[in-house]
Amino acid sequence: MSAFNAIGEEREIDREEFTPGIEPQPTWCPGCGDFGVLKALKQAMPEVGRTPDETLLVTGIGCSGKLNSYFESYGFHTIHGRSLPVARAAKLANPGLEVIAAGGDGDGYGIGGNHFMHTARENHDMTYIVFNNEIFGLTKGQTSPTSPKGHKSKTQPSGSAKDPIRPLSLSLTSGASYIARTAAVNPNQAKQILAEAMEHDGFAHVDFLTQCPTWNKDAKQYVPYIDVQESEDYDFDVHDRDEAAAMMREAEDSLNEGTVLTGRFYADDERPSYQEEKIAIGEMPEEPLAERYFDDDYEWERSADLLDRHK
Amino acid sequence: MAENELIWRIAGGSGDGIDSTSQNFAKALMRSGLNVFTHRHYPSRIRGGHTYVEIRAKDESVNSRGDGYNFLLALGDSFARNPKEGAYYGDEEVKPLTENLDDLREGGIIVYDTGLIDPDDVPDLDERAEENNWHVFGIDLRSMAREHGREVMRNTAGIGVTAALLDMDLDEMENLMESAMPEKILEPNLTILHEAYEMMQEEYEFDHELRVPQGEHEEDQVLISGSNGVAYGALDEGCRFIAGYPMTPWTDVFTIMSQHLPEFGGISEQVEDEIAAAALALGASHAGVKAMSGSSGGGFALMSEPLGLAEMSETPIVLVEAMRAGPSTGLPTKPEQGDLEHVLYSSQGDSNRLVFAPSTPSEAYDQTRKAFELAYEYQMPAIVVIDQKLSGENENVPESFFDREPNPDLGSVLTEEELEDAPHDPSGGTFNRFSHDDPEDDGVRPRSLPGQKGGRFLVTGNEHNEAGHIEEDPDNRVIQMDLRMKKLESVRSELDSDPESSHQTYFGPDEADYGIVTWGSSQGAVEEAVDRLNDDGHSVKAVGVSDLMPYPEEEMTAFLESVDEALVVEMNATAQFRGLTQKELGQFGEKLTSLLKYDGNPFEPAEIVEGFELQINGGTDAPSANTRLEPAIGD
Repeated sequence: MSAFNAIGEEREIDREEFTPGIEPQPTWCPGCGDFGVLKALKQAMPEVGRTPDETLLVTGIGCSGKLNSYFESYGFHTIHGRSLPVARAAKLANPGLEVIAAGGDGDGYGIGGNHFMHTARENHDMTYIVFNNEIFGLTKGQTSPTSPKGHKSKTQPSGSAKDPIRPLSLSLTSGASYIARTAAVNPNQAKQILAEAMEHDGFAHVDFLTQCPTWNKDAKQYVPYIDVQESEDYDFDVHDRDEAAAMMREAEDSLNEGTVLTGRFYADDERPSYQEEKIAIGEMPEEPLAERYFDDDYEWERSADLLDRHK
Repeated sequence: MAENELIWRIAGGSGDGIDSTSQNFAKALMRSGLNVFTHRHYPSRIRGGHTYVEIRAKDESVNSRGDGYNFLLALGDSFARNPKEGAYYGDEEVKPLTENLDDLREGGIIVYDTGLIDPDDVPDLDERAEENNWHVFGIDLRSMAREHGREVMRNTAGIGVTAALLDMDLDEMENLMESAMPEKILEPNLTILHEAYEMMQEEYEFDHELRVPQGEHEEDQVLISGSNGVAYGALDEGCRFIAGYPMTPWTDVFTIMSQHLPEFGGISEQVEDEIAAAALALGASHAGVKAMSGSSGGGFALMSEPLGLAEMSETPIVLVEAMRAGPSTGLPTKPEQGDLEHVLYSSQGDSNRLVFAPSTPSEAYDQTRKAFELAYEYQMPAIVVIDQKLSGENENVPESFFDREPNPDLGSVLTEEELEDAPHDPSGGTFNRFSHDDPEDDGVRPRSLPGQKGGRFLVTGNEHNEAGHIEEDPDNRVIQMDLRMKKLESVRSELDSDPESSHQTYFGPDEADYGIVTWGSSQGAVEEAVDRLNDDGHSVKAVGVSDLMPYPEEEMTAFLESVDEALVVEMNATAQFRGLTQKELGQFGEKLTSLLKYDGNPFEPAEIVEGFELQINGGTDAPSANTRLEPAIGD
């Protein structure tokens, strides 16, 4: 009998299963975009067909990090910027798990920027949701890596001299094989994109625009949005790297001007995921490593087998 | 004077094959029935720069490099390319000869390669040789190597010369070369080996007394390093996941694991930095795989964040800290025991971790296994502290030592069946993993693994309630803190309840007036010093401490109460272990004198003998230029 019976269980899944029975009072402010992420994620789960017991949600620190307090699954609320390395190892250890990592723009593009680049490059089979509200929320309103140039805050009182990070372009350059941007103000698109991202076999990066009504006063900052897939003005091939890159540049430039472009920007369905690459070169077992510890018949190899070369 | 031991030093430039040659020679000595111990000294450079390996071989057991040495094979530095006068590396070419003479014993042998070393560049060689009764052989090893193969094979010529001078037969060396070398280079090497051997026998008369000692092993031996010990201990304990970033000397363990994990069905990940490395180990462990990571001082500094998370989230991991001299990048290729406090106290808050400091390669194996066993049983991080010395030194160990059962047990993990009866929150499906109902609790609350049915819980680096949700209630805080802190106490009781599993090593007589205390890799030199001191009529016993945390309070109190005074020997400048001892025991400050060394080289037994004599005579001057005595409180 498997040690992980929840994995691969096929049945009808209700999104309410992902609401904790002991849901704590959310600490998010009224009107916060984070509610939109939570709702879209719960709605996407039945479409993907994964149960709470086979889902591992790994978060960083900040308002976004509290996502797994309000989402019922296995959860690991880690430390600032470090959700990705924890998540990707859990996936390698037990590839049957649905692994979702989530964090904010400071968490993901600032302190965790190095991990973001390398996780994308390695194309781990997981979904990474970045709550992008262009501000540090939980520490009370400092400039973030996505804050627009000139943004004034207590830590940059003269206005930021820095151009914001370009998360979509950075993700593409780093090697992510699925890249999308959606917004909390667009629940239907958000749900579809999250479902697609989870079903994608590789690193799926979702830059999720979330309004911060408290520290970024314009709570409607991402409205009106344009869905690039729905609009005839933005005809491009989501599978073509160059066209996707051009589209991302436009989305990133126009966001500063107030035009919010969302949708799927890139999908590479051909590229093997990291675990497939590792298995192919013999650096990872085909059967989930975590199962082995429960297999009474497995014969554990010992170091004694290595000693010949030391004689 | 005939000596009962050979301490052979091969010196040359980094990249000249000193390591592989000496490894084979050490094995040949081991196979001939001797006990061997190797010591490696190298600069922080890829090619060139003075490097040496010392092999000590004798019939009796050896556990340190000894004092000085009695045979020098000086190869010349083939990578010294800057002979310009006054240049930084200007005299590199002759360094293998000039740099090593101070430690060569009276009556010792010098073989140097006239192909690369001009003896005129060593103006006082003749005088010193005469003064010290050295037997000097200038041999053109380079030409011999060039004639039959390639220049780099002058190593082999040096071995041939060594064997002839020491009256060794070549069989073992030949066998080793045959198994280690590809066909193409084997033939020329064998030719060179014999050529050199025969040339020496034909052309020279020997009047030196040094010969290879005779010995015999009762069972098959293997030659392993401290890094091998750590890696093999981890493999046998079921570790199948490692993540790391290269840093000397941790790289040794990381490399050995990376080379073998795939064939053992495991996974090795070289990642972007040390924060990621430790975080990956956490993620793999959380998902139900025995996992490790590690680094050296600077990289371990980056790990203090995930280390704290491991403690708070109660996720087992094993970290290796292979110390080198600091602070900062320090002396990258030199040993020091200067990271003790870093390892004990890094990370924020009142945090607990297990810390073990093995002293020999075989102990490294044992204690790495223990570290995994306890980390997984008690769901907390364990750190195995080694250093550059232990990492790279080799000792022979009976092969049967490794003939033990593997232990793939994940420790305190519930099965799905057990989860059905485990406490769950009545209002939902959440498993109360951090439940604390049992007053007899040893602090351990078994976990579930993602993917198990009915085991859902949240784990967080924040203070949390029984289900793992963030909780700032003061009562809950105290309960959770106390339970986490209790685990260290529980581990201590477990270790104390089984004296067989004591990691402290005692040597010398049971009763003695004086004590020596040391920890980790300095133990070997202390062991040898204790024998000599007792032979000289002193009354000394010693303890090598390997359990650093939880600190072996009972054992150490008993030891220190039983002696009048004790010398604490460690390789750092601030007497860190002495500080720990005083902090943990709250007494003995007036009994403890420190002997400290932090020049980048490990202790030699003679320095400890001398330091001890100074201490008991009330002296305060250091026994040698690069050591320091720190008096006891009140002295």
